[in-house]
Amino acid sequence: MSSQRFAKDGVALRARDVWKSYDHGAITVLRGVDLEVPAGHTTALCGASGCGKSTLLHLLGGLDTCDRGTIEINGAEVQREADRLRLLRHEIGFVFQLHNLIPDLTLAENCLIPTVASGMERRAAHARLAELAHRTGLSDRLNHRIQKLSGGERQRTALCRALMNKPRLLLADEPTGSLDERTSAMVFDLLLEMAASEGVTLLMATHDRALAARCDRLVEMHDGMIHEFAPAR
Amino acid sequence: MIFLKLIVTNLRRHAVRSLLSMAGIAFSVAAMLTVVTILQGAVRMFSGILSSNSQMIVFERDVSDLFFSSVPNAAVRRIAAMPMVAHADPVLFGIVSSASHPIITCFGVTPEDSRLRDATWIAGNRGDFTATSDGVVLGQRAAEFLNAKMGETVPIGHSSFRVIGILKTPNGFEDGGVFMPLAAAQEFFHKNGASSVITVKLRSKDDIPAFKKLVQSTDPDLIALKNQEFSRTYSQFKILKATAWAVGGCGLLLGGMGVANTMIMSVFTRIREIAILRANGFSHLQVGGIVLGESAIVSGIGAAVGLLVGASLLLILKNIAALDGYIDATMHPLVLLAVVALALLTGIAGALYPAFYAMRIRAVEALRFE
Repeated sequence: MSSQRFAKDGVALRARDVWKSYDHGAITVLRGVDLEVPAGHTTALCGASGCGKSTLLHLLGGLDTCDRGTIEINGAEVQREADRLRLLRHEIGFVFQLHNLIPDLTLAENCLIPTVASGMERRAAHARLAELAHRTGLSDRLNHRIQKLSGGERQRTALCRALMNKPRLLLADEPTGSLDERTSAMVFDLLLEMAASEGVTLLMATHDRALAARCDRLVEMHDGMIHEFAPAR
Repeated sequence: MIFLKLIVTNLRRHAVRSLLSMAGIAFSVAAMLTVVTILQGAVRMFSGILSSNSQMIVFERDVSDLFFSSVPNAAVRRIAAMPMVAHADPVLFGIVSSASHPIITCFGVTPEDSRLRDATWIAGNRGDFTATSDGVVLGQRAAEFLNAKMGETVPIGHSSFRVIGILKTPNGFEDGGVFMPLAAAQEFFHKNGASSVITVKLRSKDDIPAFKKLVQSTDPDLIALKNQEFSRTYSQFKILKATAWAVGGCGLLLGGMGVANTMIMSVFTRIREIAILRANGFSHLQVGGIVLGESAIVSGIGAAVGLLVGASLLLILKNIAALDGYIDATMHPLVLLAVVALALLTGIAGALYPAFYAMRIRAVEALRFE
């Protein structure tokens, strides 16, 4: 893990007083969230379904805009349009509950999508793909279409894709939520292992307490607010 | 490569819809190419009649149609006597009809006229052209559809004429026309002492400005134009050309609507996919580029197929015996270029709204989209 991949103050992600509502304010999902995620750490964001975990992750990842508040990733403001695209291309990787892969493309083609967006040189992109595929045990599946892959393989593919551009922050929204227990444990092991070996800060939304307990830190969310931070281990 | 794959994948995913859109563009391009080529060919043929072995055309100023132009014999004589004129051929145009053919173009000409001089005489000879007052020379096509043979009498309009010659010319209008001695035509069409136009060959091209000036001073009711000037400015030609492009344009507009429909459906069915691309760092422009790229491929293939279909159609029309000589299937490179460019532009224009829609898709909402 290289320390130069982290922000100077050691905070990879900082959210201040983040509010989000829907239906013109009728439904308030986030109510002034304050959150700091230390660089290089794995953080679990726990809470019941509907408490706002996914909404917060989407805002943190620049996929949505907040009504109020600021979100900084390694010093850059996610909510600022000028920074958002650069962050999405170079600093942030996403793993969703549903793998969100394009079914008509092969595993390799799906993984290469972020490199098209970031403009990574073709040879470098393929080398990176080979490396990640090897580490996630997908080397022999590169030319398989997504429909031909198992649930675990799909989620490992999504992990590869998220790491293609060597992001500094990996946001995972219930990454094992759609998998059976055994596959879930295997994918989670891989997630932690890859995050550690890549030197990536991991923020993972989950309601699986057992998985959360294996992270460096646990953040409890309730009714659109952060209620407590606790060292998970 | 992946970008191209993203474009092509969606076309393959909805192959029937993509093929239908391509067919729409193809038929539009074929229609435009065929109509424009045929009408331009017709204009070229008519221009060919007028410019037969000549550089200039003299006709009555401000007439909308050459059939209404009246150039007096005296003016013909004056112009023929001008020092810079090599020869001046008066031509009277008329439309006649027969029982089987409602429209036959009739040319009242002198025996010296280049149309008679340069044609291949299948029967009869030019020397006999003015030997009788009721004699006509038929183009080969006209002889066929009038079922007339040398020496026979054919009813044309309200009179009957004797066939004193049959000639072959490469011009469809002439080949399907009737040639009368100028004096007989003037009498038949009640235009005594007048022609429709004079086609003029000058001794030197350098004399063109002087000739124009001289005609203006001696016969202010007439106008002398270079053949190219005439083709460019003659309102009938302009109307024909505009009509051709308008008809083709309407076809392309329909094709474009087909593309727009396909692209809108394409965007609607891949909202989630677009969200995935956005979440992976694709910019608005890259997303729009995929939609426009799809449209460009549909239009491009459609245009290519349309060109093939159009060219084949022209070839078929050209080889239909009944149309022999009337269809000039020469496709002008500029027309090909314009048709392809219009097809691509129409396709891309049809994809603008879908692309705009795709660019506005918000990843977070679309990821929830099932």
